[in-house]
Amino acid sequence: MSIGELKPARQSLPSKSTAQMQERHQGPAITQAKLANGLDIVIIEDHRSPIVTHMIWYKCGSADDPPGKSGVAHFLEHLMFKGTRNHPQGKFSRLIAGLGGQENAFTSNDYTAYFQRVAKEHLGVCMEYESDRMKNLVLTDEVVGPERDVVLEERRMRTDSDPAEQLSEAVQAALFTQHPYGRPIIGYAHEIETLNLADAFAYYSRFYSPGNAILVVAGDVQPKEVIDVAERFYGSIPAQGGLPSRFRPREPAPRARRLVTLADEKVEQPLHQAVFLVPSYCTAEPGGAEALEVLAYLLGGGHTSLLFRTLVMERRIAVSAGAHYQGTAVDDSRFYVYAVPSPGVPLETLDCGIAEAVAKIASQGVDGADLQRAKTRLVAETIYARDNQAALARWYGASLAAGLTVDDLFNWPARIESVTADAVRKAAFWLDGRRGVTGFLLPAEPGSARKDAPSADALTN
Amino acid sequence: MLATAESTSRASMVQKTVSSGGIESWLVEDYTVPLIALEFAFKGGAAQDPPGKPGTAMLLAGLLDEGAGSYDAEGFHRALDESAIEISFSADRDMLTGRMQTLSWNADRAFTLLRLAVTEARLDEEPFERVRGQIAASLKREINDPDFVAGRRFRALAYPGHPYGRPVRGELASLPGLTRTGLVAMRSSMFARDNLKIAAVGAIEAATLGCRLEDVFGSLPQKPELVPVAEAALSGTGTRHVEVIDLPQSAIRFGREGLARKDPDFIAATVLNHILGGGIFSARLFREVREKRGRAYSISSQLVTHDHAALFFGSTSTKNERAADSLAIIENEILDLSENGPTEDELDNAKQYLIGSYPLRFDTSTRIASQLTALQMEGFGIEYLDERNRLIAAVTLEDARRAAERLFGNGKLLIAIAGRPKGL
Repeated sequence: MSIGELKPARQSLPSKSTAQMQERHQGPAITQAKLANGLDIVIIEDHRSPIVTHMIWYKCGSADDPPGKSGVAHFLEHLMFKGTRNHPQGKFSRLIAGLGGQENAFTSNDYTAYFQRVAKEHLGVCMEYESDRMKNLVLTDEVVGPERDVVLEERRMRTDSDPAEQLSEAVQAALFTQHPYGRPIIGYAHEIETLNLADAFAYYSRFYSPGNAILVVAGDVQPKEVIDVAERFYGSIPAQGGLPSRFRPREPAPRARRLVTLADEKVEQPLHQAVFLVPSYCTAEPGGAEALEVLAYLLGGGHTSLLFRTLVMERRIAVSAGAHYQGTAVDDSRFYVYAVPSPGVPLETLDCGIAEAVAKIASQGVDGADLQRAKTRLVAETIYARDNQAALARWYGASLAAGLTVDDLFNWPARIESVTADAVRKAAFWLDGRRGVTGFLLPAEPGSARKDAPSADALTN
Repeated sequence: MLATAESTSRASMVQKTVSSGGIESWLVEDYTVPLIALEFAFKGGAAQDPPGKPGTAMLLAGLLDEGAGSYDAEGFHRALDESAIEISFSADRDMLTGRMQTLSWNADRAFTLLRLAVTEARLDEEPFERVRGQIAASLKREINDPDFVAGRRFRALAYPGHPYGRPVRGELASLPGLTRTGLVAMRSSMFARDNLKIAAVGAIEAATLGCRLEDVFGSLPQKPELVPVAEAALSGTGTRHVEVIDLPQSAIRFGREGLARKDPDFIAATVLNHILGGGIFSARLFREVREKRGRAYSISSQLVTHDHAALFFGSTSTKNERAADSLAIIENEILDLSENGPTEDELDNAKQYLIGSYPLRFDTSTRIASQLTALQMEGFGIEYLDERNRLIAAVTLEDARRAAERLFGNGKLLIAIAGRPKGL
């Protein structure tokens, strides 16, 4: 029961265009199917261990929370463990634990996912329960109340106790003026407090149906058997008709540079973060997202990146710096840049340094050796990923839930390989200061702490 | 792979390899995915930090991949990235651990770079200052982080004057005192062949692995020169300490003396801890504190074993107004287990879970390498991979009651809290 933010697609199957072509036939076999009620099935074979990962992904997340009810997707995720008529609260969890299985769930902007990991012979048990709670959840006020308190404690832990997290929340809200990605996944405290059984059930009835879900099974399984068992359990759920509509107003082209500052007496280490509005794998022109992926690596992926070399190693104005592209998203998404200043260095200096690094790539492009290193590193991730069944299942689920296809993932290494230096140079234009929000986390100014100021706690109660 | 059906022997899939120079390793050969994962550890770790110099082992670990041989820091990272090789090091209380992952066709290069990192790390001025700065920044970020503050306070109270009471990453005040000379001294006393455990998983034959390991580690001295670490018993049981931070929530750390890894009741204690706070949905603490009352999001407990100490340790975070109440529930459950032991049902469920979920620990090459290294560090043989579930299965209600009494005794806890708890 956590809040998931997946890294962008950094992994894929080996592709014929890569140097590892000879390994292609050894990649995991992928089987796809679709039940009559609309449930999509993806099966990833991994016969190394007699284990299976069973996941159900719903194509709905926090960005589908109705206005004024932020947090309901995540709240429902918690409530999904409260039982059904056939499986009263705790029954399934006890059953799964008795089988040595592990289970949990997570919520993100665009999806909500539930999973179990068990010995392969218990796959049917997971399907029986997961298909049951797709439609037969039983909620009472007696379980909803305490669970709302749990979510409020979760928010206190993640956000209300951490000024850096509060700044991130404000930066996201500033970046998205229209689109619901600007709202926190967990929700605002004052809205979580009002969520009730009816809100959760309305969201559940609207979004939880076979036609809006993807079943991902990874492990030591035979695809035909998986489809048969899925047919037996999930196939009996009636189709709900058309897909639920999503209210996702598009973000206007940003034109104003924005700076969000949070100063707090609990902050001892200042931090710089910047977030830019950029296309996602689902909204970009062909090749555009892949160019952003390569750009993220060359700008801020580890010790050989431009930001690390210039800000940290050469100028020594930062102790660390990096970048990250969140490409797996239904709508226009985010490109993150961050830096931790060396003692005494103003955050404005880092801001200039970051802008200069971006401008350098935008004007001079990148050199061939750097580009090749980026491609090698990114494509190698696809082979490393084959070692991790659960990670593969997560990557396929998240990508498909966002609207990508199995072919998109299969061809990802080839598309990364075909990114040109010029495409990376052009991708840097997305990081124009006017498209982004900069966040400064700062210590409170001496003498500015007001004893009579209401505490965070007082504000939320 | 090692996650076998229970009818199959897990141990039989592990080979013990010995290089020409006598360097041992445990190997799981598997060619399904063309990669090699390697993990190794030197005994020692932060417990070897000299008095007044906490953070030495951590800084050393942080610098081993920051330039070695003819490569400066940037050159070394570039060499790794060009071949998509991953090498990293970390320090823990009793060990310094190294990890490597490579695609099989880059194995030559990977082992060469690993050898340089282990034997010829330069510890240059630029990365020295930079990594020290990174550690300092991470410590500054956590000055008012309630989890960090409560955890650090708990450690200091539990093991005053002992290396286990000091922070592994060091302290802001002590970091400036660390020197390159100090790191070099630690490296030469800790990096020795008698002090080393290795596990490898993936696309490599035993003979080849032996040659590679000989190349990487063969030039190290035979014997380490570690400073003896005293046995430590947990102090402060029955006392409660609050660090005030102006936050809406209190981070709570609680614990008692634990049972040593080789204690005959350790396995029973493991089952018992699972019943109390080890499992997610099934644990008593989860049920009583979270599910029934909504007092916390996270709550768990664990048994921690160091080479020279054993600890039962738990944590939760709860609204200030409910901190006293949550603690009372926790103390009540612990006392109840001590006095009455678990129910037969609880014991059976916990055993079933621990036995059935053991294969899930062996699901990726890196995790297998890590499990195998840990077993060796704890002094077990390969056969333990098969024995472990039999030991769990053999735990009786009587064993569990005895372990509960030993572990939880009078139920008194050492408690450290960060926040503004009410009513404490």
